[in-house]
Amino acid sequence: MKTLTYIEAISEALWEEMERDKNVFLLGEDIGKYGGAFKVTKGFHEHFGEERVIDTVLAENAIIGAATGAAMMGMRPIAEIQFADFVSNGFNQLVNNSAKIFWRCNIPVPMVVRLPSGGGIHGGPYHSINPEAWFFHIPGLKLVAPSTPYDAKGLLKSAIRDNNPILYFESKFLYRRIKGEVPTNDYTVEIGKADIKRNGNDISIITYGTGVHWSLEAAKILEEENIDVEVLDLRSLIPIDKEAIFSSVKKTGKILIVHEDTLTGGIGGEIAALISDNCFEFLDAPIKRIASPDTPIPFAPTLEDHFLPNTKKVLSALKSLAKY
Amino acid sequence: MAKIEIPMPQLGESLTEGTIIKWNKKVGDTIKKDETLLEISTDKVDSEIPSSTSGVVSKIYFEEGKTVPIKTIIAEIETDASNVSQKDIPQKKEEVKQVETKIEIEKPISVSSPVQKLEKPQPGRFYSPLVLNIARTENISMSELEQIAGTGENGRVSKKDILAYVEAKKHGKVSSTISSSLSTQKIETTLKHVDSGELIKKYPQPQYEILQMSNVLQKMAEHMVKSVQTSPHVQAIHTCDFTEIAKFREINAIEFEKQEGFKLTFMPFIANAIVQALKEFPIVNSSVEGDKIILKKFINLGIAVASEQGLIVPVIKNAEEKNFLGIARNINDLALKTRTKKLQMSDIENGTFTISNYGVFGNIIGMPIINQPQVAILGTGAIKKQPVVINDAIAIRSISYFTLSFDHRIIDGAIGGQFLMSVIRNIENFNFKNAI
Repeated sequence: MKTLTYIEAISEALWEEMERDKNVFLLGEDIGKYGGAFKVTKGFHEHFGEERVIDTVLAENAIIGAATGAAMMGMRPIAEIQFADFVSNGFNQLVNNSAKIFWRCNIPVPMVVRLPSGGGIHGGPYHSINPEAWFFHIPGLKLVAPSTPYDAKGLLKSAIRDNNPILYFESKFLYRRIKGEVPTNDYTVEIGKADIKRNGNDISIITYGTGVHWSLEAAKILEEENIDVEVLDLRSLIPIDKEAIFSSVKKTGKILIVHEDTLTGGIGGEIAALISDNCFEFLDAPIKRIASPDTPIPFAPTLEDHFLPNTKKVLSALKSLAKY
Repeated sequence: MAKIEIPMPQLGESLTEGTIIKWNKKVGDTIKKDETLLEISTDKVDSEIPSSTSGVVSKIYFEEGKTVPIKTIIAEIETDASNVSQKDIPQKKEEVKQVETKIEIEKPISVSSPVQKLEKPQPGRFYSPLVLNIARTENISMSELEQIAGTGENGRVSKKDILAYVEAKKHGKVSSTISSSLSTQKIETTLKHVDSGELIKKYPQPQYEILQMSNVLQKMAEHMVKSVQTSPHVQAIHTCDFTEIAKFREINAIEFEKQEGFKLTFMPFIANAIVQALKEFPIVNSSVEGDKIILKKFINLGIAVASEQGLIVPVIKNAEEKNFLGIARNINDLALKTRTKKLQMSDIENGTFTISNYGVFGNIIGMPIINQPQVAILGTGAIKKQPVVINDAIAIRSISYFTLSFDHRIIDGAIGGQFLMSVIRNIENFNFKNAI
C-alpha cells in the first residue's frame, strides 16, 4: 500500500491505464503542455506524446463529440471537462449521441468524461456546480462519484475499461485535502457497488463524494452520544446499488440522504422514492435530506460556507432523527 | 368541649384483637374527621383507621406494637370547634402526602425490567411502518403496543423501544402472563430489623441479619403449616389453551376499556370458568368439620395476591350470581381496593375456593397450598406460546399450565381430575356471546 492524495490517485489511474492500453488517450483544454488546470495530467504530454494527450479548442461539444466518435471507432478516450459547469456546452453530444448510439446502432461507446465538480473552493457560480442530477435522468450513461483516493483510482480504472459512456464526477475540493491508502498493484472498484464506509445500527446516511466526509465526521462526533451511524457511500450513482441501500434501511430504519448538489431534483429525491417503494415497512422515521439550497452557488466565501452542507448541518439532522 | 373515646375497631366478624402498627398522631396533635389516626394489623389485613371526629388527640393508651382486644379504648380525642377550625387548613398538605403513600403498594413494572409499560394505553398514537412491522412479526397486539412507553418524539415508540420490549418479553420480563389486574409486579415486603435479644448473640452482625416477621407473615406461616397438616394435598396438572381468548381480548381490548373503564384481563375468564365448574362439582366448594362435609350454596371466589403487606386473598362474593361482566367488574373493584389499601375485612373473608396466579411472575407450574378451610385451590401459570399437536399438525398456541391442589380427605383423583378438566373446558370453549 502507498498513501496518495485524491488527485494523485486520479493521475495514477490515467497513467497506468494509458501504459496498459494504447487505445486509451486523453483530450481536453490545457491538459497537454500546461498539465491541466488542476495539474492532473502534469507530465503526461512529455511521456505519452501529443497524439495521446490532446489539447483541444475551448468547445465542450467538440471535445465530447470527438471522444464519442473515437470511442465508436474502438478507441478509449478520456475527456477532461476543465470545470464540470462547462459540460452543459456538450450536453447534446452526451445526451443524444454518447448515451444513445449503442442502443440505436449497437456500437459500443467506451468513453470517460472527467468532471471536476463541486464548491468549497470559492469558485463562484460558474466553477462550482455539481451536475450529476442532469445526467442521472439519462438512460445510457453510467455515473460514478468517488470519495476516497482508493475509490478514485479503482473507479477510474473500471470506467476506462467499461464499454459504456461514463461520467466521472471528481471532487476538486477533495483533490489535495484528503490522503488515503491505495494498493501498489493493479486493482479496480466495481461500478454499481456502494461501500459501507462506516458500520452503524441507529441511522443510515446515504451519500457520495464530499458528503461522505461530512457524514463520517458527524458520525464520529455522535459516538459520544451513543448514536451509532452507518455511512453508505454510493460511489456509483448509475447504476445505483439498490441492494446496499435497502439492506442499510432494513438495518437502521432511519435514513438521512446527504449530497452537495442542490435539493430540488437532486438524486436524493430518487433515493428517497426507491426506499419508500421498497422498504416502507422498515422505516422508523421520515427520510431526511441534507443538500444545498435551491440557488446558484454564491461567490462570497462566507455565503458559500453558509450555502454548502457541512458536518454541522449533518450532525443536526442526525440528532433530530435520533430523537424522533 | 367533649371527649370522644376511640376503641379498637372490629375489622371482621371473626376477629377478636388487632395490633397497633403505627400512630399517625401524637398526643396534642390536631386531627380532622376521616384523617388517619392509626394503622392496625390483624391476622388477615393491615388497615388505616380514620378518625371518627375532628379535634385534638388528648390521650393514647397503647403504644405501637401492642395487641389489643377489640372495643378496648385505645385513644381519646377532645373536640373543640373553635380550636380545630383554625388549625384545619394547614392539615391539607399532609392529606395529600398520605394519598401518595397509599399508592406505594403497586410498583411499576419498570422496577424489574428496563422496559417501561404505560399505566394507561395510548390509543391513536402514531406508529412508524417499521414499528408496526416488528409488532406484526413478533406477535405484539395493538393493545399491547399501546402500552409500550415510547422514548421518541411526543412519546413515539421507536424501533429501539419496541426491540427492547421484544427482548425483555423473550427473557420473560414482560411475559404475557395471566395478568389479573390484582397482581402487583414486584413485591418488597419491608420487615423491621431486630437489633437485640438472644438471637443476636447466636447470629452476630454483619454475617447475619435478623428480621421480625410481621403479623401477616406469622399468620401466613401458621396457616400454611396447619393446612399442610390438615389436608393431604394431591395435585392434578393440565394445559389450558388460551389462544382463542387471547385473540378475543386483542380484538376487544380497546372497545372493552372504553366501555368499562378498565382493562380486560385473563382473570375474569378463569374465574368465570371456575364458577361454572364448581356448580358442576359442588363438593369442591365445601369444607370439612370432623366427619361432616359442609357444602356451601354460594361461591365466594378468592384470588391470591402478593402485596407489600404479604399474601392477601380478596374474595368475589356470590360469584355464582354474577355473569362474566359482573365478575370482571368485581375483580377490578377488588384490584382498586388492594392498590389503595382500602380492603375491608368483608372483602377478604369467607372464601370458598381460591385461585393462585403465580403466572404473573412468569412461572409455568406451581403446587399451591389449600387455603383452609377450603378443600381445593387452582394455580395458574404464565401463558406462553408453545408448539402443540392438534389433529396431527403442530400449531403454535398460547398455553398455560393449571394445577389443582385438592384435599384428598374428601376429593379423590377422579373428582379432582374431572373438576380441573371442566375448568379448562369452560375456558377453551368460552362462549364469547356472553362476554360483553
